[in-house]
Order: sequence, then structure tokens, then C-alpha cells
Amino acid sequence: MAPPVNRRSSYSRRAQYTTFLSYTAGVLGAVVGLALVVISLVNPEFFSTLRGLADDATEPAAQVSAGGRDLGRDAWANLSGFFHSGSEHARVERELGEAKVRLVEAKAAMAENKRLKDLMGLSEQDGGAVTYARLTASTSASSRRYATLGAGRDRNVTSGMPVRSQMGLVGRVLEVGSSSARVLLVTDSESVVPVRRAADGVPAFAQGNGDGTLRIRLINLGINPLKKGDVLVTSGSGGLYRPGTPMAIVTDLIRDGAIARVLSNPSDTDYVMVEKSWAPPAPPPPANDGTVKKR
Amino acid sequence: MFQRSASRSTSRQRINHAPSRILARGFPWLTIMLGSVVPGWFLIASAPVMPPLGFLIYLGWRQLRPGLLPIWAGLPLGLFDDLFSGQPFGCAVLLWSVTAIVLEIVELRLPWRNFVTEWLMAMGLIVAYIFLCLAFANIAGASSPIRVIVPQVVISVLSYPLVGRVVAMFDRIRLAPIVLLR
Repeated sequence: MAPPVNRRSSYSRRAQYTTFLSYTAGVLGAVVGLALVVISLVNPEFFSTLRGLADDATEPAAQVSAGGRDLGRDAWANLSGFFHSGSEHARVERELGEAKVRLVEAKAAMAENKRLKDLMGLSEQDGGAVTYARLTASTSASSRRYATLGAGRDRNVTSGMPVRSQMGLVGRVLEVGSSSARVLLVTDSESVVPVRRAADGVPAFAQGNGDGTLRIRLINLGINPLKKGDVLVTSGSGGLYRPGTPMAIVTDLIRDGAIARVLSNPSDTDYVMVEKSWAPPAPPPPANDGTVKKR
Repeated sequence: MFQRSASRSTSRQRINHAPSRILARGFPWLTIMLGSVVPGWFLIASAPVMPPLGFLIYLGWRQLRPGLLPIWAGLPLGLFDDLFSGQPFGCAVLLWSVTAIVLEIVELRLPWRNFVTEWLMAMGLIVAYIFLCLAFANIAGASSPIRVIVPQVVISVLSYPLVGRVVAMFDRIRLAPIVLLR
């Protein structure tokens, strides 16, 4: 197809000026864009209010589509469950039997823990949930991994709060709007979470790879003690993330650590829980300071 | 048979009816803005998997109807895209504006066009766009390797002809005669 004829400016001065001005405006747009990029590189928080307003404005529609997403997933689960319900049922029953025994054991351990803590005079305030909300949207076309949470300042969410699902850690709140918040998912390459191996407490850092996996970097270099299938939980060192939140499972070993898969796939969860940011308990005051000197 | 032809004639060209001016002018802007927002609602992705749909629709409109969107359209539309994309703010403003200028220059040099040349042109722009987006995100503090965006590039390039089809459908909606002339 030939280009349309009316795109060439004619001998008319007016038409020529219009064309010139529109090109100038185009170049100006690029220059403005460059300036904005520079501003946001220097000060990433600068546009957070604007983004918050935009997220708040689209939040009702996003809530509706999040509901639709849940429905679609449930329908698919129902359909696939129909085909292997028999074998699945038998397996689940067997596991339930085992789990009941484990539950009793866990209860006993918890009671013993509590008794020992009471004995040592340690008090631990319960972190508890700030609120429950849906993840309504995510930046699915960008290499950054942000999600939008359907709760904001109206439900006491503040930035820095960890977000988790029943399966494990999802991310932490980055920017808060009035009825929505922006969450940095743990798979983002800027997110670093201190973790330890659930079994024996080998300390490490879990950094996002940007493609849905995590890179586990060991703190103690030397022989790599990790094995495939190891479960990692948050260690809580440095605060922010409550210790013991399940986080990832090791899938591949590399020279100085491992590649791990996140346990809680955020698109598989209906609701996520926003927790209070955790602070490590203050060290106990030096005991019997005066009495020692007296003697 | 008679009814079908009658209904077709009413849907295509109705006597006394003209396209709505607001729809004819505003519909492209609306579709591009929806393309920027809506894909994020479909899934909570843990990797960049969706094509940058706002950019693809923008490109589609530019190639289907050159001159319909002004050259400076990248400024407001990119600003809107930046609010939701998660990229450093201003990334889309810059890249969409540059895209418009590049496309304009290439079309001046290369007036004849067909499916393959348009797709090749779009391919180059899409690959450059996604790559530069990654570069900007990495400068801003991320450290994602290039292999992260490979699936997205493939999906975007392959889905572009489909997006072009959808844009052509939008174009017919845009020019549907719905306003009664007096």
C-alpha cells in the first residue's frame, strides 16, 4: 500500500508549520522522557505518589478481575480433580493420618517451647496479621517483579511490612497508597532475604533472579552443604522478616550456592497476609552487674 | 438471504449515519491505555511473560494508520504506561517517543510496505524496546540477566501480527457509523 498522500506538507505555510511543530513536539517528548528517567534513577521514590494514585484509581476494576482469576483457577482445579479424584483421595487420607500424628507432636513441642521460654523469662510478642488482602495486579511485562496489593493506608499497611501467603513468603510492601500498596516480590532481583536451612540452620541469602527462581548465596564459603530438596526458611537476621517463614526449596546446585524455587507461587494464592515488620528482640540487660562488683 | 444482506448493509454503511467524532479520535488512545493496564490483572507473574501489550497496540495503530496518532502521542501514553509498568518512571515516555520518530523516518525512506516489511520493522522495534527496558531497570538497581527476557521477546514478536489484526478490528469499530446526521 502506498503511503497516504495527505502526510506530505504542502506549499501552504500553515501546513508546513504544523508538521514542523508536531516533529518538534515528538522530539520534546523524548527529551522529557529522558529527564524523567534521570529523575527516577536518582530518586526512585519521587513518583511513588503518582503511582499510588494510579493504583488506587484502578483498584476496584483490578479487584473484580482478581476475583475472576480465582474463579477461573478454581474451575480448572475442579475439572482436573474430577479425573484423578480416586487416587488423590486415597493419598490425601493417608497423608492426613500421618499429619494428625505430626500435629500432636508439634503441639507437644510447642507447649514445651513455651514452658522453656517462660522458664528463661523470654517474652515474645505475637506479630500477627495486619490485614488480609488480594494481590490484584502485577507488572507482568516488565523485568521488575512488583505486585499490587488491594489494601493500603486505609487498612494500616505501611511500607516495609512482609507479605506472606499460607504457603510462604511472597514479598514486602514497598509503596503505600490510600487503598492499594505496591509489593516487591521475593523473585525481584533487588530483593534479598536472609534465610537458613530449615533442618540445621545453614545461613544464606536468597536473592531473586527475575525469572521466578531464587539464587541462594551461602554466607560461609567452603564446601557447599546444600542438597536438592532442602527447604529454606527466613532467618529473621537484620529484622523485617519474621524468622521461620517458609521461603524456597532448592532445585539446582551451583558452585557457591544453589538455585531455588519459591514455595508460594503468588498467582496460586487467593489472599495474602500482611504481617507487622519484625524486629529482633532486644538483648537482655547485663544481669547482676552490681553484685559482681561488690564481691 | 435477504435478511442477512440487509443486516450487513445496516452494519456497514447506513444512510444518514456518520462515525462518531469522539470515537474516531479517542478510541486508539483508549485501546492503548487499556493495553497498558489490563494485562497486569490476568496473573501475578513471577517472571516477565506477558508481551508489553500497550506498546504493541501503539505500534499497531502507528503502522495501520500513520498520522492518526500525533508524533508526540508517546508523551501522554508513555506517561500512563509508566504508572503501571513497574519500569523506572519515564522509560516508556522516552522509548515510545523515540519509536514514533524512528517509525516516521523509516516510512519516509521506505514508502512501500507489505506484511513482511511491517513485521520486520515491528520486530526490530519490539526487540529494541524490551532490551532497553531491561537495561533501564538494571541501571535503576535490578540485576536481571538477559536470558530473563528471551521468552518475552519471542512471545511479543510472534503475537504482533495477531495484535495487528485486533487493531484492524478496533479500526472498524472506530469508524462504525453510529451518529445520526440531521
